[in-house]
Amino acid sequence: MTKPLNKGMLSRWLLSGEWRTHRVQLAAAIIAIALGVALGFAIHLINTAAFNEFSAAAKSLSGQSDLQVRGPQVTFDESLYPVLAQHRDVELANPVLELDVAIPGNSQERNNATLKILGLDIFHASVMTPDLIGIPAEEKLFDILADDAIFLSPAAMEWLGVKQGDPLQLRVGTQTITLRIAGGLTRARAGQRIGVMDIGAAQWRLQRVGQLSRIELKLLPGVDRAAFKTKLEQELELRGQYLVTEPANEETRVANMSRAYRVNLNMLAMVALFTGTFLVFSTQALSVVRRRHQFALLRVLGLTRRQLLGQVLFEGTALGAIGSLTGLALGYVTAATALHYFGGDLGGGFFTGIKPDVHFDLLAASVFFILGLGITLLGSAAPAWEAATANPAPALKSGSEDIALSKLATPWPGLICLVSGIVFTQLPPIFDLPIFGYLAIAQLLTGGIILMPRFAALVFSVASSTLSSRTSPAQVAAPALTTLALARLANAPNQAAIALGGVLASFTLIVAMAIMVSSFRVSVDDWLKHVLPADLYLRTGTGGDARGLTPAETKALEAIPGLARVDFLRSSQLALDPDRPSIALIARPIDMTDPGNTLPMTGEAISPPLLPEGTMPIWVSEAMVDLYGYTPGKRVTLPIATPAPSFVIAGVWRDYGRQFGAIQMQLADYQALTGDRLVNDAALWLQNGTTSEQVIASMRRLPFGDALDFSEPGQIRSLSLNIFDRSFAVTYLLEGVAVVIGLLGVAASFSAQALARTREFGMLRHIGMTRRQILGMLAVEGGLLTALGAVLGFVLGWCISLILVFIVNPQSFHWTMQLNLPWKGLLAVALILMASASMTAVASGRHAVSGNAVRAVREDW
Amino acid sequence: MHILKCCSTHTDFFPGYWRSIFQLMRRPIPLQGLFVTFFVVTCFAATCVFATPPRFSPVVRDMPLTFPHDFGDHPSFRNEWWYATGWLETPEKKPLGFQITFFRVATEHDRTNPSRFAPQHLIIAHAALSDPAAGKLLHDQKSAREGFGLAYTKEGNTDVKLGDWYLVREENGRYQTSIKAEDFMLHLSLTPTQPPMLQDINGFSRKGPRPEQASYYYSEPQLQVSGTVTRTGKEIAVSGVAWLDHEWSTAYLDPAADGWDWVGANLDDGSSLMAFRIRGKDGGKVWAYAGIRDPSGRFTKFEPEQVTFEPQRTWRSPLTNATYPVEMQITTGSTVWLLTPLQDDQELDSRQSTGAVYWEGAVTVTRDGEPAGRGYYEMTGYVEPLEL
Repeated sequence: MTKPLNKGMLSRWLLSGEWRTHRVQLAAAIIAIALGVALGFAIHLINTAAFNEFSAAAKSLSGQSDLQVRGPQVTFDESLYPVLAQHRDVELANPVLELDVAIPGNSQERNNATLKILGLDIFHASVMTPDLIGIPAEEKLFDILADDAIFLSPAAMEWLGVKQGDPLQLRVGTQTITLRIAGGLTRARAGQRIGVMDIGAAQWRLQRVGQLSRIELKLLPGVDRAAFKTKLEQELELRGQYLVTEPANEETRVANMSRAYRVNLNMLAMVALFTGTFLVFSTQALSVVRRRHQFALLRVLGLTRRQLLGQVLFEGTALGAIGSLTGLALGYVTAATALHYFGGDLGGGFFTGIKPDVHFDLLAASVFFILGLGITLLGSAAPAWEAATANPAPALKSGSEDIALSKLATPWPGLICLVSGIVFTQLPPIFDLPIFGYLAIAQLLTGGIILMPRFAALVFSVASSTLSSRTSPAQVAAPALTTLALARLANAPNQAAIALGGVLASFTLIVAMAIMVSSFRVSVDDWLKHVLPADLYLRTGTGGDARGLTPAETKALEAIPGLARVDFLRSSQLALDPDRPSIALIARPIDMTDPGNTLPMTGEAISPPLLPEGTMPIWVSEAMVDLYGYTPGKRVTLPIATPAPSFVIAGVWRDYGRQFGAIQMQLADYQALTGDRLVNDAALWLQNGTTSEQVIASMRRLPFGDALDFSEPGQIRSLSLNIFDRSFAVTYLLEGVAVVIGLLGVAASFSAQALARTREFGMLRHIGMTRRQILGMLAVEGGLLTALGAVLGFVLGWCISLILVFIVNPQSFHWTMQLNLPWKGLLAVALILMASASMTAVASGRHAVSGNAVRAVREDW
Repeated sequence: MHILKCCSTHTDFFPGYWRSIFQLMRRPIPLQGLFVTFFVVTCFAATCVFATPPRFSPVVRDMPLTFPHDFGDHPSFRNEWWYATGWLETPEKKPLGFQITFFRVATEHDRTNPSRFAPQHLIIAHAALSDPAAGKLLHDQKSAREGFGLAYTKEGNTDVKLGDWYLVREENGRYQTSIKAEDFMLHLSLTPTQPPMLQDINGFSRKGPRPEQASYYYSEPQLQVSGTVTRTGKEIAVSGVAWLDHEWSTAYLDPAADGWDWVGANLDDGSSLMAFRIRGKDGGKVWAYAGIRDPSGRFTKFEPEQVTFEPQRTWRSPLTNATYPVEMQITTGSTVWLLTPLQDDQELDSRQSTGAVYWEGAVTVTRDGEPAGRGYYEMTGYVEPLEL
């Protein structure tokens, strides 16, 4: 060496040489990073696009208002309107009636969806929400105020299969009304399904005379919004229960609706990226180990430690950059394709009926790039440090590989991870999100993987010694492979552990998710059985704002022969907090001797006889406890009448249907307090010998029979479970990606090891082992490793599933569930994983044993 | 004479509305007054498809007007308006012109709709202030459905309100009006000095050759004005003379009509002159009328063939390209009147909001060459239909 080493050329040369010879490992690592980044980025893009579009659509309905006044219920009395319109700080008051109205017929086809109809006063709406002004036909300009006209957005027309001039039937209570489609709403957002009517016509046709949904206010210039809001709230307190909200409240409310879902999905995507870290680590670690001699030689030739460290990190950076960039491109294409073909809804049901466009988000792209690069560097850091600090002289000798890795096997970081994970499980949610729950999962996973080598060494050395002590000399031949494999695993546990990292991570996650989903599904199924005790269910229309059955109609239904019992149910919406979505108020007959007969109680309950005298009980869903602090025994007021009546919380019930909260109360109490005599649903119990077909047929003959929808508990159950499975479809996809990444890890580490062990194989060939036997040994090694990974993964996965079931779910969605283990499925996955790991090990080793045994042995000496 | 302005279905307003819609689709602009013209237009133009459209009273001859009842609203007729115009004088003796109009328009909306929001009647208001120092009109408009005490026209006596704009006739006959427009405010009281002037045949005012083409129409000329005008936050006291028209009808303009020219003038000797001409599409005269009442109360009526309008000078609007005959010679029998505008640009261009474009402004009037008085002059139908 007369010339100093050209650093740039050297590092390029080293890199290209390494990469050219180990394409498989390299590709596996890049694919792992790319998949992780792609998944995370795609989910982020889809969720962001869907959420933004959904918010924009929601916002477009309230236009440019400064404040909104609404009641706790869906509508309130219009007498407030002139008061606000003449308020001296108000420039414009825009009254709005907004209802979700059912479309008769084809309810299955349209997935029970409703059409959102806005009743607007064009004279005010043209200022406040100019995008919602209907465009009538040229010769019928007057239609904009007509008493039978409706204007539909393009998406609504397409959805309903109608055009301008067609009649449109709507279901209002048990009646069907017919409106005329007088024109379009050309400026409605793409995919937004809405209809607009004159407010006077809407009040009349939709049977809401005297009712408004909200009044939007535009304040005079110079009026301080916050001060005005406080003043108005005080003024309104004297008139009844009203909520004064700002556009920010609306945004928060819309965000709150889907936040838990979005965050959880993003977390799952992160998991895929996280799994990729172990793969990068194993690729890099093994690459460094394999090149120990090369690096030692370079050190002897004058390369400094610093330069060596830089070299390995540079390799990691290149790997991470290529993987991340590929991932970003893949993620963007995936997001664009998914949005184009499936819309923005990933199965949660929050974003139906919108058509979002994908927007490249530079900030998110940078974050995911840095994340991808970061984990690659993280995976490269330890091996790089090891390579740089190794003493060149011993490193040049053979057999130093495992010693090198033993530095990575200190138990302390792993134990710290495990302990901190356990501590995190005890911490409360932050901003209603189970942040610490997810951190605990990450810590458990990391801790488990760090402790893996020690554990593997322990298990395999115990197994090895047990096996050798039991084996008689005559039987030596048969278990020789197992003995060798075990000896290898027991004595070089660190390399084994690296291979195991990916397997463990992916299997742990599969186990955790499978247990969680199965627990959830079984719980939902049990819950459905409990909440659907009757023989037949009847409902009017399908909409949230359907008017329902009148007392005369309910009498007619009760008079149908063959009925043993009929329970009527009234459900409505109640807004208790402007920042949160409305809760459901359900009034029905509840068994006072044991409310558990009617409601799926969770256990926390006050027995009705123990309730204070003269108080009205309500039963709240678990979400009410978490979100509003409605604990059993507490006295609360509900704004369902003026003055607001007070109730005692008599118990908590489980509700998988409404994550924003629900309250149940006695129908008799509700009717006495509100004077609302309408009901929405009925549960029918049949007398012996009567079939549901007979009852349905006689009810259909009633004058309003056509407006009734019947369903049997079985139908509702299967429909609900269908929806459940659909909402977890994305989860299954994520699990699949985690498995693929895990297997890539096995392939990468085994092929790297097999090459590194060429000398070992050569030696074994010399002492008489056939290639077949060596491959068999590799298969056993792979199988044993994966078996250990599966067992450990199961234990770790079970722990994580406890976090998912008992911490993440209750904190995100506010419901609890029972634990259920899907043994069969998990066993099947474990076996498949073991088999594929063995095959991968054999396939990777095939190349290493194919060479000349003599050359292999000589190579080093 | 505002019925004519509102009834043109063929020239300026109709395309104007469409342009508004077109603009609406492109950018969010306030359309508060979108309906000022289009409703009145569509009352006549639209083929009504409703199950139970309301039935309106016809305008018939020999139905004497009775006061004070007829000062108030007549909801059984389709259209109605109160229209006040006049000349004001500032403390510096500078002249200003003003126009305040309240319309009530009945819709075809089903009368059995029990909703208080049912748009059975719409209230529309226009206001304009003409100041030669500004060089153009300041104007604003409002519209709303009648109801909730926020917008109404009351029966029994003049009492109209639209938000914070109102026109009320007190028991003693004095009118109070308040307009809080975007760029100016008017607080005026108008005190009658003469009894109402019933137009044409005792208040039965013909608008075309057919008998149903008519309205009920009386004027309150020679109203003494006092009050304040506020501009750019500065309030000044004003006084002057004003003219108030109240007109209601159901039937509509002749289909051949293209536009009209109208004048109402308070003459210095205490006489009052009202004249109008309805122009046909062929450029000819569809109908014309003039009525003059002298200080002693003697009323002279002129038939269509006795009234001629002859443009003397035109002014071309730089904004709309419309050419208006801003100086007009009117001959009633043997008398020749000449109208000279306070300023040329008194065009009311509200294409950005209502789509309506017309010229409405203060004029001085000479009789046979001698200065005779001051009035208000209105010209519609001079904007070419928009080519879309």
